[in-house]
Amino acid sequence: MPRVGGKPVISDKTDKPKDTGYVIGRLWNYVCHYRGMLTAAIVLTIASNLLALVGPMLSGYAIDAIQPGKGLVVFRTVFYYAGWMVAFYVASSILSYLLSVLMIHLSQRIIRKMREDVFTRLVELPVGFYDRNQAGDIISRISYDIDTVNTSLSTDVIQVCASVITVVGSFVMMIIISPRLVLVMLATIPLSILYTRFMAKKVRPLFRRRSAKLGELNGFVEEMVSGQKTIKAYAAEKSVLERFDRLNTETVDAYYTAEYYGSITGPTVNFINNISLSLITVFGAILYLFGQMTLGNISSFVQYSRKFSGPINEAANIISELQSAMAAAERVFKLMDEAPETLDKIEARDLTEVVGDVEMKNVTFGYLPDKPIIKNLFLHACPGSLTAIVGPTGAGKTTIINLLMRFYDVWEGDIYVDHQETRDLTRQSLRKAYAMVLQDTWLFSGTIFDNIAYGKENVTMEEVIRAAQMAGMHSYIKRLPLGYHTIINEDGMNISKGQKQLLTIARAMLLDAKMLILDEATSNVDTRTEIKIQKAMRKLMENKTCFVIAHRLSTIQGADNILVVDQGNIVEQGNHKELMERKGFYHKLYLSQFE
Amino acid sequence: MKKVMMYLKPYIVRMLWGFTIKVFGTFLDLGLPWVLAFIIDDVIPYKKVSLILLWGLSMLALSVGARTFNIIANRMASRVARNATEELRHDLFDKILSLSGKQLDHFTIPSLEARMTSDTYNIHNMIGMMQRIGVRAPIIIIGGIVITSTLEPVLTLVLIGVLPFLALVVYLVSKKGIPLYLGLQVSVDKLVRVVGENITGIRIIKALSTTEYEKERFSQINREVSEKEQNAGTTMAATNPIMNLIFNLGLTLVVIVGAYRVNSGVSQPGKIVAFLSYFTIMLHAVMAIQRIFVVYSKAIASASRIGEVLEVPEDLTLVHKEEKESFPKDHIAFHQVSFSYTQEPCIMNIDFGIKKGGSLGIIGSTGSGKTTLINLLMRFYDVNSGSITIDGEDIRGMDKQELRRKFGVVFQNDVLFADKVYENISLGRELSRDRVLETVEHAQADGFIEELEEQLDFRLAIKGSNLSGGQKQRLLVARALAGKPEILILDDSSSALDYKTDSLLRKAIRENYQGTTTIVIAQRISSVMKLDHILVLEDGSMAGYGTHEELMEHCEVYKEIYQSQLMS
Repeated sequence: MPRVGGKPVISDKTDKPKDTGYVIGRLWNYVCHYRGMLTAAIVLTIASNLLALVGPMLSGYAIDAIQPGKGLVVFRTVFYYAGWMVAFYVASSILSYLLSVLMIHLSQRIIRKMREDVFTRLVELPVGFYDRNQAGDIISRISYDIDTVNTSLSTDVIQVCASVITVVGSFVMMIIISPRLVLVMLATIPLSILYTRFMAKKVRPLFRRRSAKLGELNGFVEEMVSGQKTIKAYAAEKSVLERFDRLNTETVDAYYTAEYYGSITGPTVNFINNISLSLITVFGAILYLFGQMTLGNISSFVQYSRKFSGPINEAANIISELQSAMAAAERVFKLMDEAPETLDKIEARDLTEVVGDVEMKNVTFGYLPDKPIIKNLFLHACPGSLTAIVGPTGAGKTTIINLLMRFYDVWEGDIYVDHQETRDLTRQSLRKAYAMVLQDTWLFSGTIFDNIAYGKENVTMEEVIRAAQMAGMHSYIKRLPLGYHTIINEDGMNISKGQKQLLTIARAMLLDAKMLILDEATSNVDTRTEIKIQKAMRKLMENKTCFVIAHRLSTIQGADNILVVDQGNIVEQGNHKELMERKGFYHKLYLSQFE
Repeated sequence: MKKVMMYLKPYIVRMLWGFTIKVFGTFLDLGLPWVLAFIIDDVIPYKKVSLILLWGLSMLALSVGARTFNIIANRMASRVARNATEELRHDLFDKILSLSGKQLDHFTIPSLEARMTSDTYNIHNMIGMMQRIGVRAPIIIIGGIVITSTLEPVLTLVLIGVLPFLALVVYLVSKKGIPLYLGLQVSVDKLVRVVGENITGIRIIKALSTTEYEKERFSQINREVSEKEQNAGTTMAATNPIMNLIFNLGLTLVVIVGAYRVNSGVSQPGKIVAFLSYFTIMLHAVMAIQRIFVVYSKAIASASRIGEVLEVPEDLTLVHKEEKESFPKDHIAFHQVSFSYTQEPCIMNIDFGIKKGGSLGIIGSTGSGKTTLINLLMRFYDVNSGSITIDGEDIRGMDKQELRRKFGVVFQNDVLFADKVYENISLGRELSRDRVLETVEHAQADGFIEELEEQLDFRLAIKGSNLSGGQKQRLLVARALAGKPEILILDDSSSALDYKTDSLLRKAIRENYQGTTTIVIAQRISSVMKLDHILVLEDGSMAGYGTHEELMEHCEVYKEIYQSQLMS
């Protein structure tokens, strides 16, 4: 894969969304698909919270019917209100359960659609995107980020609505019960708001530091665990462990510091609640003393004041959660907004009945603007010919492949297949005309059969077996307990590197493409195995136009045309004999193997 | 869980102190409604505002006390969590570094990484949360029972009556919920895998135009994840409303029972008001439990995964073997060595010796066991039969670190760390910069390092991704040479070098490391043909052993390889 310069397009991990309005708009589009469910959710939220607000009022009325002293209780009234309390509590619980379930269904639908959309975009993105961005970053968007949005959608949104209703409702109730006692609350509300704001400012950077340190530790561990063999080989365990200890201490310290301040929150919130309770008790008692309030009123008021302060104290948490959900959503949408491969021309034809004549005319191309690495290249590969691309490592040999397959488009010039300009053809038919074996073997978690048959429809077991036989893998596969139905597991631990390579070769053999691309295809397979493959490969290469990238000169000698690449540029072209006679770069490269 | 809990043992006293302080603080918290009831029932009848204010002040005092004690307790808890986690992580990392190859294969590297990172994090979270929030609910419930029984024992019975229902809910949800979440995690892993495969295989997918197939594959797993999450969520969603309902029904019952008690003259209405307050406090505490519930279930899974690693017995222990005398002149000798990773034999009856300062090339087909020979020689695995000796001494009788210090090695796909060039070469051995510069030159890496702005202080990206394949290999060779090793092993370490650099490198090693015994595993015959001896492996057995000339004469396999690489 070419190392392409330029900035990664999508790696900005921040906690704050840049354009909140835009993100909300995009999210709204998703939510809009389920307008019915959304309306139901809103109705349920309002209903269940209003129902919950009635309880304390009713209990207050019941308590008023309980007069102190023997035989003074009005049981009829007590039972009347108790009955209503039960009814309201049951109804409220049922509604809030229904609401949660509804929200889970709603958010799951949205999330599933989002994931689907992201994935669909992913497979449509040009190859260049993957050359610029890290796999881990992309994966974290489709899993972690979408999950954050999910949590926020299914809980936070409802909580915000519920909080607003509860706060407003409780406040109204308290005013109804005793406007004078509400004045007491005016002392504690600013206190809690000030406190939460102060804490948010103080604690948030600490928590950010905690995450950063943890990330650092994770990175270190990942690196060291995957390099453990090397560490052992150099007996460097002690020094690695020392470095780990340092990082570990920093990490737990950052965690501790964040918690040292973070853990004040709970008791302080309680403290503010307790102050309210004290004030309400004192002033309530005084009002009661002067007959301005009943006992039931005090009881209801106490309960409402608790309900009232709950959401206010939670507000800071929810706001920061919503903020990070917004930031996550923004990252997801940014990925969705990446430009896909340009569409095929409307009048593009399918490439059919391929003969395999490939021609490049006056092609100029580069990965970075203003830095062309292929300049005015002419190349003609007749049907059935072998073109070898050679040059030192990192010289840019895969560039030609990128252009042939239209993973990238040329800047200038044209590429023809069977005398048709490739941009007039559909990408799909063009790519299907090639069989390709890359240096990085790619297998997916599925059976061996699926992996070999990948990319071709309606493949029979016979065909797969034949392909495996040609790749020299059949006898090995056959000896596996499950044979062709053996599942290749995630890290491919049950199969060696060389065998993986052979499987991808078998896959290429199965396609009856007219053109073949081998990108250092056998460099992972050592020589003995390569001999077997080469024999079969020669059979496969018959009547195919082949483009081979290889270090091995033995492969190259039989080539009809050799492209010699150095530092990204094509420096020489010709067959072995011609190039040797020229005594240029190729000549030097060739001789160096005998030194 | 047990193994991980052991890390809390040294802190038991401190935790008990913290717990006591917490209990104290919570009781102060719970004292407020008690005072409330007292004011209503006993102070108001005196009709004195000053008295009410006085008792109000005592409520404020209780509030201040509750906050202070709770904060102290919380901080103590965080401290314990910090220390316990630090030690646990240290031990786990230490353990992972000491695992044998077989044990590593068993756990797999990605899984060990996860245990080291997210699992220890979960434990840290849990230890802290348990002490802060987890114990609060029981304290509040028990404290509530204690305090209210002094207030009004019969109403307390109502409170106690609610508890079994609460326990039942917690039990049922944990029993149903945890497996659902575990199942969900499995599906999420699968989803991530599919995405990962698509990213790495994007060229193939596009080349074969299988995007539709991949979309379908993703769609399936996406649906699976969604459904599982929905199931788990729906189950868990029941907890909150049910707990709310239980408490609220209990609250109603308090009003009714209270009415009877007041009517018969054994109680006062203020006490009912206090009880209602207690119910609200408890409801909040129990709801908080639900939050740690998720943390706790995650931590249990994490703890058992960590425990698994910590409990693995030490492999590759020191074994005292009688010294062999049969190959006294050989520096390294394999004596009829056989080995298998699983049941299938991997290598069989390998028998050879290398003289001090001599060199050996190993060549053979994929899976023929070349790298395995190195794994055995450096004791990442133990032989099944036979023995390996260095200077006539069985390697199983040597200290592992001592043994490995003899080597300088470049593995197949060896790693570079995200650190400075110097650190990557020195690798904890504290080599002098001059020595490092010298080796860099031998490894043919001086050219490109001089071009870097910071030279030896140039920072590599993760996995050395800011260097080319050839540059990385040269750094790795420099690392292997830097310690002036007794034995140098190069496993497929020149595949990314062009022929010219490769030959210069070989020349530099020949000239500067004459006393070093060298083993080279290679694919190119040109990399091994000038070595003293060449071992040809096929299917784990020796298919040939000798010099290039000897093998060209007698070894069919070798000849075949030779002919495939050079023109006739």
